[in-house]
Amino acid sequence: MFRILVCVKQVPEVTDVTVDTETGTLNREGVASILNPFCEYALDLALELRHANPQREIEIVAVTMGPPQARAALMRCLEMGAERAVLLTDRRFAGADTWATALTIAGIVGKLGDDIDLILVGKHAIDGDTAQTGPELAECLGLPQVTYAVDLELEGGTKKKASRWIRVRRETERGYEVLRMKLPGLVSVSRGAPLRQVCSLDDILGARNKEIATMTADDVGIAEAELGLAGSLTQVVRIFPPPARAGGEVIDGSDPGEAARRLVGFLRERELV
Amino acid sequence: MLEVDATLCDGCRLCEKNCPFGAIVVVEQASGDKLAEVLDTCTLCGACLNVCAPKGLTIPRKTASAEELASYSGVFVWAECEDHDGALVPRRVVLELLHKGRQLAEALGEPLSAVVLGDKRPMELEGLFAHGADAVIRYRHKYLERYATDSYATVVSAIVAKKAPSVFLLGATPQGRDLAPRVAARLRLGLTADCTGLEIDDARQLIQTRPAFGGNIMASIVTPYTRPQMATVRPNVFGVGTPREGAGGEVEDFDVVLSKGLIRTRLVEDQSLAEGAGPGIEEAPVVVAAGLGCQRPETLELIGELAGLLGGVVAGSRAIVERGLIPHTRQVGQSGTTVSPDLYIAVGISGAVQHLVGMSSAKTIVAINSDPDAAIFKVADLGIVGDAQEILPALIRELKDIGKD
Repeated sequence: MFRILVCVKQVPEVTDVTVDTETGTLNREGVASILNPFCEYALDLALELRHANPQREIEIVAVTMGPPQARAALMRCLEMGAERAVLLTDRRFAGADTWATALTIAGIVGKLGDDIDLILVGKHAIDGDTAQTGPELAECLGLPQVTYAVDLELEGGTKKKASRWIRVRRETERGYEVLRMKLPGLVSVSRGAPLRQVCSLDDILGARNKEIATMTADDVGIAEAELGLAGSLTQVVRIFPPPARAGGEVIDGSDPGEAARRLVGFLRERELV
Repeated sequence: MLEVDATLCDGCRLCEKNCPFGAIVVVEQASGDKLAEVLDTCTLCGACLNVCAPKGLTIPRKTASAEELASYSGVFVWAECEDHDGALVPRRVVLELLHKGRQLAEALGEPLSAVVLGDKRPMELEGLFAHGADAVIRYRHKYLERYATDSYATVVSAIVAKKAPSVFLLGATPQGRDLAPRVAARLRLGLTADCTGLEIDDARQLIQTRPAFGGNIMASIVTPYTRPQMATVRPNVFGVGTPREGAGGEVEDFDVVLSKGLIRTRLVEDQSLAEGAGPGIEEAPVVVAAGLGCQRPETLELIGELAGLLGGVVAGSRAIVERGLIPHTRQVGQSGTTVSPDLYIAVGISGAVQHLVGMSSAKTIVAINSDPDAAIFKVADLGIVGDAQEILPALIRELKDIGKD
């Protein structure tokens, strides 16, 4: 059995979240919750890996930490093809920063059955956009990591013994590179391409028969002082709206030469050319 | 957990009104008194504590002793280098970090140091001193020829643990975002990602300000219990500052053992693309971004030429990346990269919210679009309504003309 743990996050549709400029509070009414897109790509890569390796028995387990309604994100993972899911939910987890989140997830990794061979995460969540929890989780577990992955390939090994290495194609600032990583390890996934895995009605109905286990702080086996806000090493002291950006002049470009001259004049004024 | 002291709460509802998560309700009790109650959606963000006049709300926090925290001293900057013709040269973001780091170091009355890793290739360290470093801590080893998480995290963690600085800043580049959380987790340190504001408060704490929720919200964050206070910093937000002529300082070669066995990844193949040469879009001072309105090869060619003339790089919207015309590493927006260049020119991009969250912190935005109602014009400092295929050649001519002046 080759077991893949996919760590996912439920996020608000961030483009709808704003700060009320008068009260300085979040406007959140009617903001929908979705499965973070990069987590979806991570799950997608796990499914592809299974598809590409029919000779190996691969189990995909989705895990998330969040309020009870984060169950919806796990349901989506089950519909896409994960075998089972684990929801970490407890008020004692509330207020966790990336460190406390990583530590909590690390705490349950040993409790999900046999060993985990591969952990997949999204490169970042679109709400917090920190890209920290994945690498921090890898460090908590003492695992190697590869970030910004776009493709995975299990090395074949021999008939008797499957290889313990994975090949990861990852984005770099200059294109791509392929790395080999010793398993078990963690891979963070980045991809903007549309999903190749489409859910059928059967998938969606079948997901209802799959298991979503719930775990609380008592199951994690970490001291309460290490969890949630109490265990967080960073603290938000203030939230406020960003400075407003007003649009400037819009000019008619029917005379391209004149429009170009005005644009260059504008750039010179701002010392940009 | 957020605790309400019933003897102090006067039911004024200010906490209820100011809770960012709607997690407090003031309920009339059987006794007739009004009292704040905390719901499950409370994230313990603490916003209510500041508005509660009778101080009836508390969140028990752990404390670290002032003496313990004060024993850490110095502002450290991670000097990420890139290879320029066989020499290791600090990236532009390093100079920005030094400029900002200098201000922080002076506010704290502590020295500023740069940490640099590499192999035997020559290192250009003058720029680190010229831009504010008092000292450079260097470690060279043949295993550090190429960045690998395990090797770099090991050495950087060792340096930080040994030197015990009070602040450690890294650029929020792909490398910085790979390295910083490894080091932070290894040393059990708080870490704030992608900061756009840094300052020292009266309690000598580093106030780290960063955008969240796609830039719709700013959050100020502190690291009260651990030192150094670690943060990654978004490129192109802080300026580079004027270099100090003839500045120098001490270069200390750090002494640590690095064994090959701990590097658990190996390079199989480098697949750098020709069009991927030059700085990444995160760090480029000028970004010329193409949208669906630039699908034609000749338009894309003009985009490339314009970017070249402005000393910038080409980027793209999700739509054009999905058509395979621009690589995903150059995609701006929610499912790509967030950029904050000095100048962002959006050509043929309508300006979907998912795109705007990736570029609205650019210092100057110019939009060229044939649709006068395109949303991009609402954030553009200057917009031109017109056909890119006509505007771009005129613009390129005009720019070449000033080049001749």
